Formats: sequence, C-alpha cells, structure tokens
Amino acid sequence: MAITLSESAANRVQKFLDQRGKGVGLRLGVRTSGCSGMAYTLEFVDETQPDDIKFESFGVTVLIDPKSLTFLDGTELDFAREGLNEGFKFNNPNVKNSCGCGESFNV
Amino acid sequence: MALLQIAEPGLSAEPHQHRLAIGIDLGTTNSLVATVRSGSAAVLEDEAGRALLPSVVRYVQVGIPEVGVEAQLRQTDDPHNTIASVKRFMGRGLKDVPGAAATPYRFVDSPGMVRIDTRAGLKSPVEVSAEILRVLRGRAEASLGGELTGAVITVPAYFDDAQRQATKDAARLAGLNVLRLLNEPTAAAIAYGLDNASQGVFCIYDLGGGTFDISILRLSQGVFEVVATNGDSALGGDDFDECIYRWIVEQAAIVDPSVTDARLLLSLARKAKETLTDHDEAHICVTLSSGQSIDLVLTAETFFTLTASLIAKTLAPTRKALRDAGLSVGEIDGVVLVGGSTRMRHVRRAVADYFQSEPLTNLDPDKVVALGAAMQANLLVGNHKTDDWLLLDVIPLSLGLETMGGLAEKVIPRNATIPVARAQEFTTFKDGQTAISIHVVQGERELVGDCRSLARFELRGIPPMVAGAARVRVAFQVDADGLLSVSAQEQTSGVQATIEVKPSYGLSDDEIARMLNDSYSNAQTDMNARNLREQRVDGLRLLEATQAALDQDGWQLLSDAERATIERAMETLRVMLNGQDPVALKRAADSLNRATAQFAARRMDASIQRALAGQRLDTLEV
Repeated sequence: MAITLSESAANRVQKFLDQRGKGVGLRLGVRTSGCSGMAYTLEFVDETQPDDIKFESFGVTVLIDPKSLTFLDGTELDFAREGLNEGFKFNNPNVKNSCGCGESFNV
Repeated sequence: MALLQIAEPGLSAEPHQHRLAIGIDLGTTNSLVATVRSGSAAVLEDEAGRALLPSVVRYVQVGIPEVGVEAQLRQTDDPHNTIASVKRFMGRGLKDVPGAAATPYRFVDSPGMVRIDTRAGLKSPVEVSAEILRVLRGRAEASLGGELTGAVITVPAYFDDAQRQATKDAARLAGLNVLRLLNEPTAAAIAYGLDNASQGVFCIYDLGGGTFDISILRLSQGVFEVVATNGDSALGGDDFDECIYRWIVEQAAIVDPSVTDARLLLSLARKAKETLTDHDEAHICVTLSSGQSIDLVLTAETFFTLTASLIAKTLAPTRKALRDAGLSVGEIDGVVLVGGSTRMRHVRRAVADYFQSEPLTNLDPDKVVALGAAMQANLLVGNHKTDDWLLLDVIPLSLGLETMGGLAEKVIPRNATIPVARAQEFTTFKDGQTAISIHVVQGERELVGDCRSLARFELRGIPPMVAGAARVRVAFQVDADGLLSVSAQEQTSGVQATIEVKPSYGLSDDEIARMLNDSYSNAQTDMNARNLREQRVDGLRLLEATQAALDQDGWQLLSDAERATIERAMETLRVMLNGQDPVALKRAADSLNRATAQFAARRMDASIQRALAGQRLDTLEV
C-alpha cells in the first residue's frame, strides 16, 4: 500500500506550500462524480483527520483517507508540462478506463 | 489527460467544473496576464518564456494583426499601422488625446471616441486594446487548458467612466467575461497580501514607463478603501532615459543628431539606466552614423544628480494625495512600489526617505498589479474562501447635476467609495412645469460652466402643479466598475426616466488634476458666485410668485397705494437681479417680502373665506 510523488511533483508541492505560508501537506482523494464515475481531488491540508493514512515522499507529507486509498493504491502523482499548460497528473494503476479529459475514471 | 491543480481544503471542483480565472494588467507600455494555480498567483508566460507583452498592435494587409514584440519591432518602419500606448486614447475624443500631433497615427475624429486610420480600416482604441486582450486570453487558455470563467482587468484609479466603459468593451470584444474592473493600486496592495493585516493605511507609489500614480488605501476590518489618488500623466521611466540622452549629447558635443542616431542613443541611455540599478557606473560606447565615436562613463552619482528633479516631481503629487486624505507621513503604515521604474535605487531611497520607512519591494514591480488582479479574479469565481476581503474603490471627481441658475449640486462627493448610490430630491421652479431637464456633471467647481458635462436627459409627464410642489427624486448609482447610471422619478405621480451615462468624452488625468486644482484656488470666487446665483434664483422666484398673486386678486385686495408700494419693491428687486451684489439683492428681496406680508395675509383670509362660503357650520365640524 503506497502513494508516491515523483520528485518534480514533490518539489512543486513544496514550493506551493511555501508560497501559501501554511499547510501540513497534500491530500489526495477520490469522490464519486464526473462522467466516468469517480473523480480525483487534490487539496492542501491544514488539518489532518484521525483516520488519515500518511505517506512521505521527497520530504512532502501526503495524506489520504482509507476509502480513497483502495482506489488509489500504487498511484504516483507526477508534475507535467504540456505546452504552456502545467499541472499534476495521477498515474493510477487501478484505472480501467477514464473519460477523454482524464478528470474522472472508473476502476 | 487533464493536468490538475491543488485546491484549497474542501474546495476541489467537480470534474469539468474548474473555474479558470485570470487577472490582466492592461498597461500603457506592457500588458500581463496572471492566474492563481495551486494556491499561488503566477504570471503566465508565452512560448518564449516572456511574461511582458508589449502593448503594441500592428495591422497587416490581411489576417490577424501582430501583437507584442513582433509589432514593436516594426514600429519604426510601419509607424501608421503600428499602434503603441493605445491606453492613452481609450474613451477619448480627438481633442482630449494628449499630444495627438506628436504621434505618427492618422487620427479621425468620430463621435464618442477617436479612430485611427490603418491599412485594415478605421480602428477604435477599443478594438486595438481588444487585440492585446485576445492574445493574453489565448495565452491563458493555452496555459490553463480550458475555457476561462472570467477575468479581472485593472485600470488606473483616475480612469473616468468613459475610459472604464471602453476597457470593459474591449474585454468583451476579446471574448472575455469581465468579473470586475479593479484599480491598479488596489491590485498591488492585494498582491502584497496587505489585506491580511488587520488594519492600516498604505501608499502605492507607481512609476511606470510614462506615467506616475500615487494612491492611498485604507484597510480596516478587511475592507480596502482608496482614500485618495493623484499623479502625473507625463512622468515616467522615459523621462529618465531622456535625461541621460541629453547628458550624452552634451558630453559628446553631438550637433543635430540624425533620427537614427537619436534613437540609438536613446536605447543606450535606457540600457545605462538599467545597468545603474545594480552597478555604480555604466559605459556608453558607440559609433554614430556620422562617424563620431562616443565613449563615456556615467556614474550612478551623476545619474542621480541629473534626475533628482524628476524624483522631486513625484513627491509633489504624493504630498497632495496625503493632504487630500488628511494624513501625515507618519500615519502611513506601508509603502508599495509598483512599475519598472521603481527599480532605480535613488527612487527607492527617495521614497524611503520621504516616508521614513522601507518600501515593500520583494515582488517584481512589473508583475505586482497582474498578480493582485489574478488573486481577486480567483476570489470572484469562488475558488477561494469568500468574505476574506471586500474591496472598495473611490470615484475621482464629484458627480452632480445642474440646478437653477447654473449651479452644480454635488450628489456623490469625490473620493466616495464605490459601489455607491445616492439620491436627492429636487423640485419644479415654475407653476405648471411638466418637465425637468437633468444635466449630469462631473467636477469640483460650484458653477456648471466650470464642470464637465456628462449627460443630459429629460423627465417628462410631471402633472402640472404649483412651483415647488413636485418632488423629483434623482438617484445616482455608480457600480463596482465605476460606471454611472442616473434615474429620476417624480414621487407623487411615479413618472420616471433613467439614463445610462455613456459619457461621450473621457477626461485626461491632467484635466482631472487641473479641475481639482481649480477647485482649490477658486474656492472663494466660487462661493461668491454660488451665493449670488442662489440669491438670484430666490429673487426670481419671489418676483414670479408676487406677480402671479397680483394678477390673480391684487385688484381686489389692495388699495392703489399698497399696490404701488409692492410694485416699487418689485422694480427695485428687478434692478438688483441684474447687479452683482448678493447683499443688496438679498436686501431688495427682503423688502419685497415685507411689502407683501399684508397682502399675503389678506389672500390667506380670502381663500379661507372662499373655502368656507356656502358651507353650514355643522357640516364643517364633522
């Protein structure tokens, strides 16, 4: 059971956390919505929850709730650039198919 | 695969529901676009990694105009079709365009706003600005990977209605949804997170390429308020270049430099200025087309001495703004530097000396306005926890209307925070008057002739009543973007008229400054003039009322001698009405009032008798 960040993603997250000036880490999650059933969420964490599961990647704390972990286990979060656009990308081995945009998926 | 951004806790958007918002600094010299990604505001760069887009548009024979660096490069060889600094023409008529003759453009006057004749046809400043905005929008969409929900666009705090409306129109033309126009100094304050302080008074010192603006903002309980603005629309970094240029010409004894040489020397002057930002001397080494070679060393010290007067020129408007705000230097809690020219060391030092505190400089002065706009846009589309801050801006000049006698009645005073709505009641001047002409004016002076006319409209269909009985409520509304609408309603009948003020001409900031200065220097004359006009209006009203009464029942109620006394008093008043002495006029009006006191009492008795005639006492008592 593990969630990891790529080195570039970790650097980026650390930078954003520094600029934001507060926050203890990054929360990954899924919720049921979107065109293919599930959608990723990616948020800063100001307060941890009692049942949060904690991972550490390149010095960045990653938090996830146990329910989301079943859908995300083995995921690596990467930071990518596509032309002028830049942002985070979920490389999730559990995904069977996803919608064209990649914002929502199905396991 | 979409690329995701990190959201604030609990604020993850639904898939396909990301609200992408941008902030745009539409500048005179350069424009920028910024957004908030993963919690931080960042300026978006183009493919070549450039953040600043030169605000230059070049129209070509067919196809899309060139915008930015490419257009800027062609400025000298295609001057008629390459338009720079279009911001100065926004919302302006030809006669309002500062230094129109000095520009290479073929201006065509047209109602409302000037047009520029290019090879692609007549273009209004709105269309030219829209081209710049379109490029920034394209850059933002490519960078954010989707449709934009909306944009916040910054404007100078002194921009009037016409200029703000023109900016909004340009954005719409570029396909942008304008969330809000935001004053540039306010944007800068937001970028520095000054809104996180609990309270304070901040000064924004903005020295750009060609303009200088000073603004004083007050923050209390999370509310930002622009309390005063001032500036100089013809002072900026270019003047510092010019100073160095003149120094080179003098030192090297260059006689009559050719146009090419002048341009070359000017660009070297600019380079030298930039070098002196972090070096103590700059070498100027060049061979001119005339064969003359130049090798000079400009020391920082010489540069500072050369340009000391320019810096002094920024401190005068600063003092005025402080005075307007009723504040002393010691009451300013922080100073923010905006604009590339504030990189110069001696500018920073002068500001620090004047305010006796170190100014905030850690953000890039070129980007700070765009960053603040992006933060505001992010808030407005709901990507951030709301009610964090609320922004208030002010109107630069009082808004009011013309009353009888050519007097300006202020409805919304200058520096009132916007959005604002104020209403005032007015009445009719003549018996049976069924229409009122409403003349909306802007300015600080007491007489309408000295203010600027914004719009006129008429309220018709007022039921005939005696003078003074109609109650016309005139409401002025200035929205969050600083745009004005005026409505008038007669209260007893409900008839109504409204106007959206689309002022036909903009005011230049020089004009605003001049109008303000005039209002101070002419305060005494203005008050006297107002006093005289008010007395005249009162006197005229008294004359009309007396004449109407005399015509009605004067022959019945007055003896010939009494009548003659009243008529003599009327004649005296008539003569005084044409005079210039408010005191004598007042005296004449008072004496007519006294002369008619008896008459008025008898009229009252007569009308009561008329009302009671033929009625039985018992029916009256019921």
